[in-house]
Amino acid sequence: MTDILQLLVYGLVLGSVLTMGAIGVSMIFGILRFAHFAHGDFMTLGAYLGLSFISAFGLSSWWALPAAMVGMAAVAVFIDQVLYRRIRRTQPVILLIASFGMALILRSLVQLIWGSDNQTYASGIQFPWRLDWLGGLRLKPDHLWIMLISLGLVASVHLFLTRTRLGKAMRAMSDNMDLALVSGIPAERVIMVTWVIGGALAAAAGVFLGIDTRLHPMMGWTTLLPVFAAAILGGIGRPYGAIAGGMIIGVSMEMSTLLIPAAYKPAVAFAIMVGMLILRPQGIFKGTV
Amino acid sequence: MSSLLEAKGLYGGYGGADILQGTNLRVETDEIVVIVGPNGAGKSTAMKAVFGLLRIREGEVLYRGEAITNAKPEQMVRRGIAYVPQEKNVFPSLTVRENLEMGAYLMKGDLSKRLDKVYTLFPKLAERRRQQAGLMSGGERQMVAMGRALMIDPQLLMLDEPTAGLSPLLIDETFERIKEINAQGIGVLMVEQNAKQALSIASRGYVLATGSNRHEDTGPNLLANPEVAEMFLGG
Repeated sequence: MTDILQLLVYGLVLGSVLTMGAIGVSMIFGILRFAHFAHGDFMTLGAYLGLSFISAFGLSSWWALPAAMVGMAAVAVFIDQVLYRRIRRTQPVILLIASFGMALILRSLVQLIWGSDNQTYASGIQFPWRLDWLGGLRLKPDHLWIMLISLGLVASVHLFLTRTRLGKAMRAMSDNMDLALVSGIPAERVIMVTWVIGGALAAAAGVFLGIDTRLHPMMGWTTLLPVFAAAILGGIGRPYGAIAGGMIIGVSMEMSTLLIPAAYKPAVAFAIMVGMLILRPQGIFKGTV
Repeated sequence: MSSLLEAKGLYGGYGGADILQGTNLRVETDEIVVIVGPNGAGKSTAMKAVFGLLRIREGEVLYRGEAITNAKPEQMVRRGIAYVPQEKNVFPSLTVRENLEMGAYLMKGDLSKRLDKVYTLFPKLAERRRQQAGLMSGGERQMVAMGRALMIDPQLLMLDEPTAGLSPLLIDETFERIKEINAQGIGVLMVEQNAKQALSIASRGYVLATGSNRHEDTGPNLLANPEVAEMFLGG
């Protein structure tokens, strides 16, 4: 029983990481109508930006988070302006391939600047708390923080989308682009904010991964598949679906280790994605595809 | 004094051959102007061209005497021109109230007065303000769509087939609302399939065929015109 509870905690931690990525993927798809393949490498770059920030100022690991989020928000807007914006009016598949190219560029850039070895935010092992009232469940403080901060970020995104004019305009554009245009909603402004949020959340996912495990130039790319799986599961273009999708995929991946070797974790995400595309391609919440 | 809206000799289309072949339109402040005509006559195309949604190759559009040919939709909205497309004219996952707010996205300041005005015209929307627009009936959606357009306090309201797909009862109600809107001093330009009913509330009407003006007259005169009756009104 404790085993299952323990895996549930790991699953929720992984789910938090995936959710951070999947919200961005889903939003970008909702507004710009293409699958953003560079999102995994946004996570990687974000994690490394955080690393450089804390080592430059000699700060503790969690300071990487705000620095990475601000940095990646700026980088995402920049990439959109110099690359995606120019091909916005073409077919979505061209944007998709361009984002794939951007993924390769970012990954090589990370290798070039930071090298291809594993790096960590902080050396040493963090000792978990032993929660006797939960059957001796072990919980690392970092894991608790990852879950709590994710919850906070999800709540902020929710408030932004439902309470602010720009957030509502973002949902409106995702719902019906033509009508948004006819209503006078400034599309380019909304697109820019979409990248700010998508980039910042991707960076958060990267920092969470870096704190939980280690930093590596491939860390984001290998997480991209479960992130897409989470976005599709929730109904692509629906940020709220991405939260449910992220948690389901994260928990399923960790729980699967009870039955099959841990190396198959990504295969579990893939299997859920394929199954979902066959059985209910619109996702749990009806997506906008 | 110049007309509220005047379109002169419009030529243009969706990039290929011109669909509009010298279309002329005029709307005065106190008028309801109806465009009727057979399918493919370019009625909706003319509306879209006036609102800047597709490129006008030749001809000009004047709003209160000022040229607005090929201006962006955003600039149209700022000038007080509102447009309601025929289909997909609400934001389905947004609530009724949010739909209305989006209509006034470009307007500064407090929205409550504008909201009140729309709620007075469509009391049902006030009741349903928290409901998702996508879950509403066709008639209610049409109210949301018109309400959204009215949020900018327009001087010209352009409606593309506002009664499409509605039951006869709702069609009557929609035309009543359009008359009320017009009575507030808002010029209305609309495309309609229910030609008989639309022309009966219209100040003037245009009959378009193959992208150019076939007839132009007051509503009653068009209704009485045997040629028009035979062509479009089913005898």
